[in-house]
Amino acid sequence: MNETLVIQQRGVKLYDGDDKAKLDVGVVLLTTHRLIWRDHKNHECCIALSLSQIIYFEEQAAGIGKSAKIVIHLYPVTANKEPGPYQQSKFPYIKLSFKEHGQIEFFRRLTEEMTQKRWETPVPLTISTATGSQTGKTRAVGIVGIERKIEQKRKETEQNISEAFEDLSQLMVKAKEMVELSRSIANKIKDKHGDITEDETIRFKSYLLSMGIANPVTRETHGSGTNYHMQLAKQLGDMLLAPLEERGGMMALTEVYCLVNRARGMELLSPEDLVNACKMFESMQLPLRLRVFDSGVMVVQLQSHSEEEMIASALDNVTDKGSLTSEEFAKLLGLSVLLSKERLLLAEKMGHLCRDDSVEGLRFYPNLF
Amino acid sequence: MHRRGVGAGAIAKKKLAEARYKERGNVLAEDQIVQMSKQIETFKSHLEEFASKHKQEIRKNSQFRVQFQEMCATIGVDPLASGKGFWSEMLGVGDFYYELGVQIIEVCLALKHRNGGLITLDELHQRVLKGRGKYAQDVSQDDLVRAIKKLKAMGNGFGMIPVGGSYLVQSVPAELNMDHTVVLQLAEKKGYVTVSEIKEHLKWERERSCHVLDHLLKEGLAWLDSQAAGEPQYWLPALFSEISSRDVTPDEANQMTP
Repeated sequence: MNETLVIQQRGVKLYDGDDKAKLDVGVVLLTTHRLIWRDHKNHECCIALSLSQIIYFEEQAAGIGKSAKIVIHLYPVTANKEPGPYQQSKFPYIKLSFKEHGQIEFFRRLTEEMTQKRWETPVPLTISTATGSQTGKTRAVGIVGIERKIEQKRKETEQNISEAFEDLSQLMVKAKEMVELSRSIANKIKDKHGDITEDETIRFKSYLLSMGIANPVTRETHGSGTNYHMQLAKQLGDMLLAPLEERGGMMALTEVYCLVNRARGMELLSPEDLVNACKMFESMQLPLRLRVFDSGVMVVQLQSHSEEEMIASALDNVTDKGSLTSEEFAKLLGLSVLLSKERLLLAEKMGHLCRDDSVEGLRFYPNLF
Repeated sequence: MHRRGVGAGAIAKKKLAEARYKERGNVLAEDQIVQMSKQIETFKSHLEEFASKHKQEIRKNSQFRVQFQEMCATIGVDPLASGKGFWSEMLGVGDFYYELGVQIIEVCLALKHRNGGLITLDELHQRVLKGRGKYAQDVSQDDLVRAIKKLKAMGNGFGMIPVGGSYLVQSVPAELNMDHTVVLQLAEKKGYVTVSEIKEHLKWERERSCHVLDHLLKEGLAWLDSQAAGEPQYWLPALFSEISSRDVTPDEANQMTP
């Protein structure tokens, strides 16, 4: 079949075995027949190898300071090998280092091509590209043909990107007008130039939410919340009751975020959506509360689990065992270490516990003072 | 009998004030809100058009995402503020970053028992890519940084510490001040640091050095090797190479609660 381009990836460095090739970073191209590497500056500098020369290949994961690589093991060179930058090498393999990622897709495509082996498909009327002095010429023609296609595709992509950027800029100009308008409105609301009804305020807030403009006006009515957040709060109120019970009545907000978004699958909540919805629990008289500890940790807790109860239970447990660390307390209650620590800190704050802080850990004792 | 502020007289007065206001070329807020509602509809359709042409570009091209984000920031718009925002709904940027947020939280949680809640951006990147699987969309470090910035809204101490040309990502509310940060940066090259090294490079007294190291130990961010040749070494698991550390199985991760 005719050779066609499958995928290309820029930002790739070539390694001769484990040694860096004397070449710069470039573009690697996979066709149905060959693997080609081309210097990103000098397009004349081009190395190709037939896919048929590949025995097998594998991924090499990235490490700290090292990019992901694909290692390609090759058959030993035949006597009539074409002249190229490397007449011989002490390594039976080469590596492609993906400095700008893209290895995942490239690996997948290479696997496909190596499985399908489309270069072996016989095509009736072709010029034989077998060995011999013919090969040199055909190769040259082949490369030029492919080069043209690549150039075409690159121009198209560039065209697409620049068009996209142009459209994006125009869009941003319009968005900026909206931002300025909303600022003007916000100022007027502050200076009371006009009579805004509650309805209009709610509408305005929803426009801000849609545009992603920070809300400069906070009113007592619903704070930053909108109808959307009210609905969310209700949904959360239903959804979180069982999980909260299972976890001792309290969950870190990040845990709630993961739980809710994993359940949704799509149309996910932003972190701010979640926070704004949780802030409405009280005003909507739902049995949940958003709570912020001194450390900055934010949790959702069942309203039924009152503060006194939590502190009393913490004191009981610590007295019972003589002393407890956060880890021990967590195990005891089936809570997370983070939250059990917060409870102990709270009890300490209220004067019921005191601490022994050493390098071995933070341990709490009943406060006998 | 006069009544102040109510009745037909007051209403007429108000209307007069409004009329005068308008006359001066000033627009009232409620009129502007009406104007905005019209503009919102127009903008929405422009965005829909943009999305139909270029949605794929944003999905595939991380460079384009960077540009997009920077342009939004310049004009004062946060496309990731809400899943209900136009940007998120129509361009699908939201889901990409919010899901990334979930993955970041999960990776940090799974490793917290080992590194105390501190991880290099590189390691986080590798693990997130691994978790997403072979056929998932590529994710750049810029994407991670933006997702982490959004996570900060939920408390819990998500933050980034500049270290050795990249960042350490903090996912616990451990208090880390300038002193701690500087010691972390010092430890970056070898993965560990000693009191002598701190005294030599930072010119601190012994007491200050020990104070900082003790804090890192207490927070679970450093491990003490008291049997090292010479003097005790303080190792930072967050800086260990991924290759030399044992992986946590999903079962183990489930048993480890935050």
